[in-house]
Amino acid sequence: MAESGVKPRKTFRNISVPQILSYRLPPAGQISILHRISGAILFLALPIIILPLFAMSFVSQAGFDAIAVISDMVIVKLILLVLIWGYLHHFCAGIRYLVLDLHIGLDKVSAQRSARVVLGVSLALTLVFGLKLFGAW
Amino acid sequence: MASQEKIGQNRLVVGAHYGTAQYIIQRVTAIILVVYTLVLLIGILSMSGFTYEGWRNLFTFQVLLMPVGQVLASLAFISLAWHAYIGIRDIWMDYVKPVGIRLGLYVLSILWLAGAAIYFIVLVWGS
Repeated sequence: MAESGVKPRKTFRNISVPQILSYRLPPAGQISILHRISGAILFLALPIIILPLFAMSFVSQAGFDAIAVISDMVIVKLILLVLIWGYLHHFCAGIRYLVLDLHIGLDKVSAQRSARVVLGVSLALTLVFGLKLFGAW
Repeated sequence: MASQEKIGQNRLVVGAHYGTAQYIIQRVTAIILVVYTLVLLIGILSMSGFTYEGWRNLFTFQVLLMPVGQVLASLAFISLAWHAYIGIRDIWMDYVKPVGIRLGLYVLSILWLAGAAIYFIVLVWGS
């Protein structure tokens, strides 16, 4: 390689995990990867967490009442909080993508602004549902 | 290898637009899910107190003896499963390069979601 006297050009392979973690994404990039992560979480949780809880609540009055007992456990509350955030983020970011598909707000400034709005709204709604979940009222 | 083949500069890209169909289905099912979410939300907010009967009624209500609640819930769940498949397939396509493993993950994803759909539909119609 060095015989030619030409310095070999640096080649870029797949970036490594530390690089991914130190990479600062713009707001639109942040909600994009969170859209993917929240979708994957909901996909994994659907048959093993969400549906069994729904089945309990749906089949009988006793099961419906038992949901309240189960969700007294902090670990269950935390799992539900993650799923609530996942749904709300996926919902809000998804609506933004549907609007972008109509060629509305595609320019750089408004796209970054709407991404910040999505991030803020989904976190604020998660806070509201979270307060309800943890019994603030 | 395909990269060795000379296909010319002005090759016309043609196809059956399967990708376009997936793109549109992903968005149509998304809209269906937004609408159904809002229907459920309005249903919950219009209940007089969050009771078991009211909750169950959201998925089992009848209109002129037709099982509208079950039909809407089942359609929404089929939309959900289809939407989730397209999304999770995109994730496997982006990150999993070996074809055999990727094909296996597609199959497992379909079984995972089809199982969930059967579970849900049997539940709302049967119990």
